[in-house]
Amino acid sequence: MQQIVQVKGLTKQFKNLTAVNDLSFSVNEGDVYGFLGQNGAGKSTSIRMMLTLIEPTSGQIELFGMDLARNRREILRNVGAVIEKPDVYKYLSAYENLELFARLSGIKPTKKLLMDQLEMVGLAGRANDRVKTFSQGMKQRLGIGIALVHNPQLIVLDEPTNGLDPQGIADIRNLILHLSRDLKKTIVVSSHLLSEIEQVATRVLIIDKGRKLVEGNATELFDPAQTIVELQTMDNAFALEQLKASPWSTYLQAQRNSAILLKLNRTEIPALHTALAAMQIQLLSLQPRHSLEDYFLQITSGNQHVDTYTN
Amino acid sequence: MWTLIQIELYKIFRRPRTYIAFIAVAALITIIQFGLKVDGKSYADFLMKDIGGTMEIDGNIINGYLICYIMLQLLLVHVPLLVALIAADMISGEANMGTLRLLISKPFSRTELLLAKFFASTVYTLLLLVWLAILALFLSMWIFGTGDMFLMKSSYVVLLSENDVFWRYAGAFVFAALAMVTVAALGFFLSIFAENSIGPIVATMSVIVFFTILSTLNIPIFNALKPYLFTTHMISWKEFFDIQVNDANEAIVGSIQNPQKIVNSALVLIVHIIGFVGGSIWIFNKKDVLS
Amino acid sequence: MRIFFFVVALLISYTSVQAQDMTALVTKVKAKLDQVNDYEADGNMKTDVSFIKAPIGKVKVYFKKPNKFRLKKEGGISLLPKGGVSVNMSTIITTSDFVALAAGEAVIDGFKTKIVKLLPTNEASEIVITTLYIDEPNLLVRKAITTTKENGTYEMQMSYGAFANFGLPQKVVFSFNTKDYKLPKGITLEFDDNEKPLSEAQKLKNKKGRVEITYSNYVVNKGIADSFFK
Repeated sequence: MQQIVQVKGLTKQFKNLTAVNDLSFSVNEGDVYGFLGQNGAGKSTSIRMMLTLIEPTSGQIELFGMDLARNRREILRNVGAVIEKPDVYKYLSAYENLELFARLSGIKPTKKLLMDQLEMVGLAGRANDRVKTFSQGMKQRLGIGIALVHNPQLIVLDEPTNGLDPQGIADIRNLILHLSRDLKKTIVVSSHLLSEIEQVATRVLIIDKGRKLVEGNATELFDPAQTIVELQTMDNAFALEQLKASPWSTYLQAQRNSAILLKLNRTEIPALHTALAAMQIQLLSLQPRHSLEDYFLQITSGNQHVDTYTN
Repeated sequence: MWTLIQIELYKIFRRPRTYIAFIAVAALITIIQFGLKVDGKSYADFLMKDIGGTMEIDGNIINGYLICYIMLQLLLVHVPLLVALIAADMISGEANMGTLRLLISKPFSRTELLLAKFFASTVYTLLLLVWLAILALFLSMWIFGTGDMFLMKSSYVVLLSENDVFWRYAGAFVFAALAMVTVAALGFFLSIFAENSIGPIVATMSVIVFFTILSTLNIPIFNALKPYLFTTHMISWKEFFDIQVNDANEAIVGSIQNPQKIVNSALVLIVHIIGFVGGSIWIFNKKDVLS
Repeated sequence: MRIFFFVVALLISYTSVQAQDMTALVTKVKAKLDQVNDYEADGNMKTDVSFIKAPIGKVKVYFKKPNKFRLKKEGGISLLPKGGVSVNMSTIITTSDFVALAAGEAVIDGFKTKIVKLLPTNEASEIVITTLYIDEPNLLVRKAITTTKENGTYEMQMSYGAFANFGLPQKVVFSFNTKDYKLPKGITLEFDDNEKPLSEAQKLKNKKGRVEITYSNYVVNKGIADSFFK
C-alpha cells in the first residue's frame, strides 16, 4: 500500500512558541486519517506546513513519495484542501468561484464538470447566486467542492465542521465517507471533536502541544477494550529503558507528567504487571483509563502537561 | 502564469470597488471642465495677473491643452489614492477575505502569484491613466478646442506652438503612468504586511504625503534626501512642457529643456518599482501564512 | 560787440529755420505714409524677453487709416508688449498737433538720420514725447523712441525692403522695459531649487525685452472693413 503522506521530525518554532515539536506520522493510500487535538495543539500548523503555507523549522514532508519542498507544484496539483473556515470571493457566484479555483488548480473545467461538482455538494440550485448570500454551511460545501473539482488524490480537511449545525456536520461526515469508500480518496481530516473523528477515521493521530500523543488504527483505538495505561515508577528513566528493550516497546506512547503511557487491551494489563516485576521496575502506580475518549478528554482539558515524546 | 494573470484581472474588474476610481476621475474632471467652460475668462485673468504688467496676451489661453495640464497638476496628487485602493489591497485583501491560504496551496509558486498580481494591478493603473487621458485631454480638446499652450512656471513662462504640444502629452502620460505604477508598487509592497485593506492603503498615502512634504520643503537638511525620494521624481512629467531656447532666446520647437532629468527620474522610478516588487517577492516567499 | 550780436542773430534765425525744417520733414514723411489707406501682411514674430520662452510665431497684421491696427495669430497665443502694439509709424505720427524739434544726427543701420523730437501739443495725448530718427533722403523712419504716460518707454527700430516706397518696414524690432516675473513654487509645484542667483549684469538684461516682427506679403490698399477691427 502506497504511503501518501510521510512526515518525519516536523518542527515549527515561532518566536516564543514551539507549535509543532518533532512530529512524525504517515498516511496510507485510502486512509481517512483523523488528526485529533484540542484547539492550539498544532493540528492546523501541521496541516499548513503540508500545504506549504508555513515553512517548517525542521523536518521532512513527503507526499506521494516526493519531497514537498522540491516537488511542490507537481504535488499540489494532486491535493485539495479546505483550511479552517473556507473563504471564497463573496462578490462572485458559486459557479464563478468554482471555475476560478479549478483553473488555479491546473485544469480547464467544462461547464458540465462544474455543474456536476456543484450538484455533488448540493449547490447546483444556487450556482449563479453570489456567495455573499450563502450560509456558513453552504460556504463550507462550496469550499469542499473547490477542494475536489480537480479530482485530487489527497484531500486535506482542516476543521471542516466548524460553525456548522448538526445537519451540516452530518452532511460533511457523509461526504467524507462517500469520498473514501466510493471514490477511494485519501483524506486527512483534523478536528478537536472526538465524536466526529470517531465516526469517519480509519487511523487517528492525537496531538497535544505540538507533540504526538497517540497514533494508531481507529478501530483499535476506539475499541472500548483498548485503554491507555499510565505508569508511575520509582525510576522512570530505567523503566523506559527496560520497556524499550522489551516486547512491550510497541505499546509505548508518550510520557506525561512523569507518567509513562502505554496503549493496550484491558486483558493485557495483568501480563504487563508481571512483566514489570520481571524487569525489576519498581511500580508506584498503574492507572488504566476507561477509553480513548476519557483519555482524550482528560488530556485535552488543559490540566495535564506532556513532557517527553518517547516514540 | 498567463492563467494567473487572467484570473487576477478577472478578480479586479469583477469587483465593484474597482470602478470607484474611474467614476471619481470622471466626476472630478467634468466638474473642472464645467467650471472652466462657464467661467474660464475669470480664471484666465487670474492666471495672467502677474505677467499682465508687462505683456498683453492675445488669443485663446483657456484651450484644451492648458486645461489638461491644469487637471494633471491637480489629479496626479489624488490619483495615487485611487491606485492604492486596488494595489494596496492585492495581498492584504486576500488575507482579509480568507482566500490567501487557498491561493498559496495551489500548484504555482508564490513568486508567480505575486508577479501576476502586480501585473494585474499595473494593468488597472494603466487603464486608469488611459481613462484620465481620454477625459482630461481628448474631451478637453473637444470642448475647449486646441491652440498654443501658455504655461507659467515660477520664474518664467513658456509658450508652446499648437503643433508642438500633443507629442509632449504622449510623453507626459507615459511618464505619469510610470509614476503611478511606482505608487502601485509601494502599495503592493505594504500590502504584504497586513491582513486588512485599510492599513496598507492609508500607509501608502501617508508615505506619499510625507515624502511629498519632504520634497517640497526647502530645508537644507532634507535637500540631501530629495534626489532619492520617488515623490520628487513623480512630477518630472512636467519637464515635457519646458522648451530649450537658442542664443537668440527663440524657443526651439520640438525640444525639451532638460531631457536628462526625465530620463534620470524615470530610472529612479524604475529602480523603486523593482525594489518594491522584488522586496515583496522576497519577503512573501519567507512569510508564514497564518490568515 | 555789434559783430557778436550779429552772429547771435544769425544763429537764432538759423535755428528757427532749422525748427521749421523739422516740421516740414515730418510732414513729408507723414505724407509718404498716408499713401497707404490699409494693408495686410504676414509676419514672423519673435519674442525675446528673459522670462518668456516662445517660438517664432506666424502672425497676420492688419492696418487701416488713420489708426486701426490688429495683430492676429491664427488659433494661437501672441505675447505683445503692453501698450506698444501699434507698430505703425502712421499711428505714431498720427497727430497733427505737434512740435518738431531738431536734436542732432545719428547713424542707424548705416544710414545717416536726422533726430527729431516730436512733442504733442495735445495735453490729453497718451504720448509724452517721441524721438524719430529720420532717413531724410528716403523719407523713412529708421528708429523711434516713444515715451507714453501709461506704458513707459519703448523703442522701435525699422529696416526696409521692397515696400520702402510705402514706408512699410520689412522688419520692426521693439524694445521695452519689463517688470520682474515670479510665481511662488508652491503654486507651480516645482520642488527643485536649481536656480543660480543672477549676476547684476543678468538682472539688468532681464529688465528689457524685445519683440521682432519680420513682414512679408504686404497687400496694400485692397480695402478692409471697419468691422474687422472690432
